[in-house]
Amino acid sequence: MKISYNWIKEYLDLDVKPADLAEKIERTSVEVDDVVTPSDGLKKIVVGHVLSIEAHPDSDHLHICQVDVGEDEPLQIVCGAPNIDKGQMVIVALPGSRIADNVKIKKSKMRGIPSAGMICALQEIGFSDDVVPKDYVDGIYVLPADATPGDDVYDYLGMNDSLIDLDVTPNRGDMLSLNGTLRDLAAIYDKPVTLDQPEVKETGDAIADQLTIHTDADLAPQYRMRLVKQIKIAPSPMWLQIRLWNAGYRPINNVVDITNYIMLKYGQPLHAFDYDKFAGQEVYVRNAKAGEKLTTLDEGEHDLDDHDIVIADDKAPIALAGVMGGLSTSITDETTTVAIEAAVFEHDHIRKAAQRHNLHTDASQRFERGVNRAGVQDALDAAAEMMTDLADGAVQTGTAVGSDNVPEPAVIPLSLSHVNAVLGTDLELAKVVHILESLGFTVATAGEDMTVTVPIRRNDIHIPADLLEEIARIYGYDELPTTLPTGRMTMGTLTSAQKLMRATRHSLEGLGLNQAISYALTTADKAKMFMMQPSEETNLAWPMSVDHAVLRMNVVTGLLDDIAYNTARKVKDVALYEQGRVFYREDGNDRPSEEEHIAGAITGTLMPAGWNQPAKDVDFYQIKGIVEAYLKDMAINGDVTYEANADMPEMHPGRTADILVHGHRIGFMGQVHPTIAKKFKIGATYVFELNLQAIIDMPKQENQYDVISRYPAITRDIAMLVPDEVTNDQIVALIEKRGGAFLQSVKLFDVYDGVKVPKGKKSLAYTLTYQDKHETLVDDAVTQAFEKVEKRLQDDLGAEIR
Amino acid sequence: MSLKDKLDELHQRGLAEIKKSTDLKDVNQVRVSLLGKKGPITEVLRGMRDLDAEERPKVGAFANEIRDDLTAALTKRREELENAVLNARLANEKIDVTLPGTPVAKGEPHVIQQIIDQIEDLFLGMGYQVLSGPEVEEDKYNFEMMNLPKNHPARDMQDTFYITKEILMRTQTSPMQARTLEKHDFSQGPLKMISPGVVYRRDTDDPTHSHQFHQVEGLVIDKHITMADLKGTLQVLAHELFGDKFDVRLRPSYFPFTEPSVEADITCFNCGGKGCNVCKNTGWIEVLGAGMVHPNVLKMAGVDPDVYGGFAFGVGPDRFAMLKYGVDDIRNFYLNDVRFLTQFTKKG
Ligand SMILES: [Zn+2]
Repeated sequence: MKISYNWIKEYLDLDVKPADLAEKIERTSVEVDDVVTPSDGLKKIVVGHVLSIEAHPDSDHLHICQVDVGEDEPLQIVCGAPNIDKGQMVIVALPGSRIADNVKIKKSKMRGIPSAGMICALQEIGFSDDVVPKDYVDGIYVLPADATPGDDVYDYLGMNDSLIDLDVTPNRGDMLSLNGTLRDLAAIYDKPVTLDQPEVKETGDAIADQLTIHTDADLAPQYRMRLVKQIKIAPSPMWLQIRLWNAGYRPINNVVDITNYIMLKYGQPLHAFDYDKFAGQEVYVRNAKAGEKLTTLDEGEHDLDDHDIVIADDKAPIALAGVMGGLSTSITDETTTVAIEAAVFEHDHIRKAAQRHNLHTDASQRFERGVNRAGVQDALDAAAEMMTDLADGAVQTGTAVGSDNVPEPAVIPLSLSHVNAVLGTDLELAKVVHILESLGFTVATAGEDMTVTVPIRRNDIHIPADLLEEIARIYGYDELPTTLPTGRMTMGTLTSAQKLMRATRHSLEGLGLNQAISYALTTADKAKMFMMQPSEETNLAWPMSVDHAVLRMNVVTGLLDDIAYNTARKVKDVALYEQGRVFYREDGNDRPSEEEHIAGAITGTLMPAGWNQPAKDVDFYQIKGIVEAYLKDMAINGDVTYEANADMPEMHPGRTADILVHGHRIGFMGQVHPTIAKKFKIGATYVFELNLQAIIDMPKQENQYDVISRYPAITRDIAMLVPDEVTNDQIVALIEKRGGAFLQSVKLFDVYDGVKVPKGKKSLAYTLTYQDKHETLVDDAVTQAFEKVEKRLQDDLGAEIR
Repeated sequence: MSLKDKLDELHQRGLAEIKKSTDLKDVNQVRVSLLGKKGPITEVLRGMRDLDAEERPKVGAFANEIRDDLTAALTKRREELENAVLNARLANEKIDVTLPGTPVAKGEPHVIQQIIDQIEDLFLGMGYQVLSGPEVEEDKYNFEMMNLPKNHPARDMQDTFYITKEILMRTQTSPMQARTLEKHDFSQGPLKMISPGVVYRRDTDDPTHSHQFHQVEGLVIDKHITMADLKGTLQVLAHELFGDKFDVRLRPSYFPFTEPSVEADITCFNCGGKGCNVCKNTGWIEVLGAGMVHPNVLKMAGVDPDVYGGFAFGVGPDRFAMLKYGVDDIRNFYLNDVRFLTQFTKKG
């Protein structure tokens, strides 16, 4: 809501600048979006009197005007506005002036005719299209006839006022009005404020003979109408138009403007009906019936059903309650009798109706937050009074009342010690009482105990905590002390799972992978790729886009998306890991279970080519090296093995391995299938994904110290030819099993599968290291053990020792 | 010529030869020819038999002196020559030390992770637990137990990805607070926790909105927790993340789960508080929401609000990172451009 600084000053004696007032509001009450003075940035824009106009010789729409701008000689200005006329008072941007959007106006020629400045439309001096009166939307604006040529126009148009745009939180409906804002400011500045009291002059017949209202109080706790006859529809006076356009409303005519003005002042939405267009003299507040239709003021057509609350006459709905009036009974230039509605509708109904019909209006916004239920009649009376003053209306006697439920004010007990205990302050009772009273609350005290009666307009205050907020904000948050919690000690430690997750990240970073965080919501296709276990999809009910519609069941596809993003930007070498959740759902469950996973992806080269080393493309053994090193860091207590897996549809059938611990599969690694890589528009990419939760849950090894032997080790190399299908794992297992008591390690140092090796065979070479921890090994003992191994390799695996 | 004279001459000649030698082989030859078994010194010593018993030890001592001196001269010459050879080799081995070093593969933590870790470490040090809950939540924990019943207007403020009517993607990490409150045994001490994690909102991604982002929420419940404690805690947080020069101020706000509710601003990064475009000339930037836990939240979790109370706060690591580093597009955090990820590596 945009609130006028000048309007506030009419009621409150404040000696602060607009910016300071805004700052104070923001620090104490509600957020302020900005403070704007419409004349800021404008220069040399004055009132001009159009002395004469003549047609431009070379144009069918331009006019050459002689304009008195209060100087000795009139200015000649060429103007293209269709509504320019002799005798008008107009807005003139002088040569050297600055108009909206920082545009400078200079002397110029228009089709050969010199033009000294510009006659302006309101939009050209910064007005929004939405607030310009309809008559002037497509032309220049005409100022009142008593304007003085040569004066700055700003004061004539209310442009020297400052407008403070309040961003009111949902609880502070009371701040959506001048009166509510004044009451808060009165407390903030600790100054008295006196608000206007309406005085209606009832001059007509009894309303009871002319209008009867039937209301279900559940639908509208309050529903009141007044009737004003002999209305003369006309434009509103300037001061009212200025109030409205400065608040962001387009002036329309006196009756409609009055309803908007009263809403701004009191916070109470009003609606003006053309009474003569009612079918009958009865007005109903009721649920709509299925099949009923309503055309609203904005000419929108709405199909209604029994969720909607409508105002209806004997025949049909005439308004969507609390949201917008109907077109058929709207005020026109011919209207003479106005029925003014002031009501309270349940916020829940209004919120849903506004959503259902996609009609979020200023009225619905106020009803959603709750209006002042004790102020409905005041607002109605104030509107009636203004219709007498500004439209010569005759207010009929009495108010037609359909329902009249005014709630009891909240009465809240509060103790001083509680206030100080929660705020951490040392306030005295008198101070607290004063703050509450300055807000218009009534306080009764007994010792340190207070009983606080809250005015009905503050519908956000129900419990002591609500009062604490009032005390804290008016006292000032800056005045609160700054301390840290005291009390019993607590331990702050990470759980073992959290520690392992941190260790995981550090380990993978140490291995050269950058941490990525990708989207967990993905496409249906990607969600179910690289699955490690069967699962149902989990879909969003109303996704924003198909790209983020399904919960991921793997982490790898997110990394592939990331690689695609990098690839498209010519970043070729990418090494990423991500730790995050996957979502598995069982058929029949609405809610998926969540499992922590860790995944990695590498493409291009891990180590870019340098001046002293060539680039090496990523390959299976690099991703495996990372996985091995990572699992070693995690110290899982159990054998880690790798088994070829040719059956994952998204993976290269010959370059994929399952990762097993104690024979239990915890993940996979290998090359992404080339057709999948192509789909993602990425090059050869190697990935792994592991069930991190499984790693967390597994028993771990402890670090332990092993004496480093003082006795020398003896090594023996062995090279052999074996059939292609014999794996390294088999050979190592056999050597380890048959290597004897002194075998310390087996290390592969060469694999050769080239032309010198017979087809169907490969050559492998290992270094075996022997050591005795207690004495120097004798050569003979090693030779004996080594020969035994050689024999087993020949016998069991068909190895040819070379 | 006396023996002594002979020895003198041998001495002088030997020194001259050593000086003349130009490589290690020369030195070796000189050594053999001077000091060897068939060398002149040995020969001279053999002639000692003919001397008086009185003279013999004197000449013997003198001969040994000369031999020692020549040995030392030989050793010195050898070292000189060896050094010369080594220096020549080293001179040959000179490299351009300004060529770049061989790169080492090294990964970096995500910038958001860095901020979360920093927040976690700070609060661990103050005795908080770190708790993470499910990302797919029940409406009950995400909203209802946060004092946001089904028809609460503030539910419009956080548009939600629903899976079913009751199941949703959490819009905040505070459901974990409700879950923990329900279980906490206050006889064992106060509850002090933070819950970091990913949250989701039904937003269209653009430079300032992301349908996925992060949150760290904090909660302290005990018998005597004050709003002043909240203020102090937020100040410690701001100092840790941004530096001691940054001040914190509180402003009234509204959240259904806290009362009083506040928004916390910190000194503007860009202008240091003088006022600029970034802070709309206020000198302050809004960074987090907080407040005293609403009694309804405690009641719904089975905690007596007449005995216990405390504060809660929620911070957005994404927003912190954007402010701290001037990142102008939140999507950068989730697209994982390597050139972006590897910018936040300063650890010193
Ligand atoms: Zn600034």
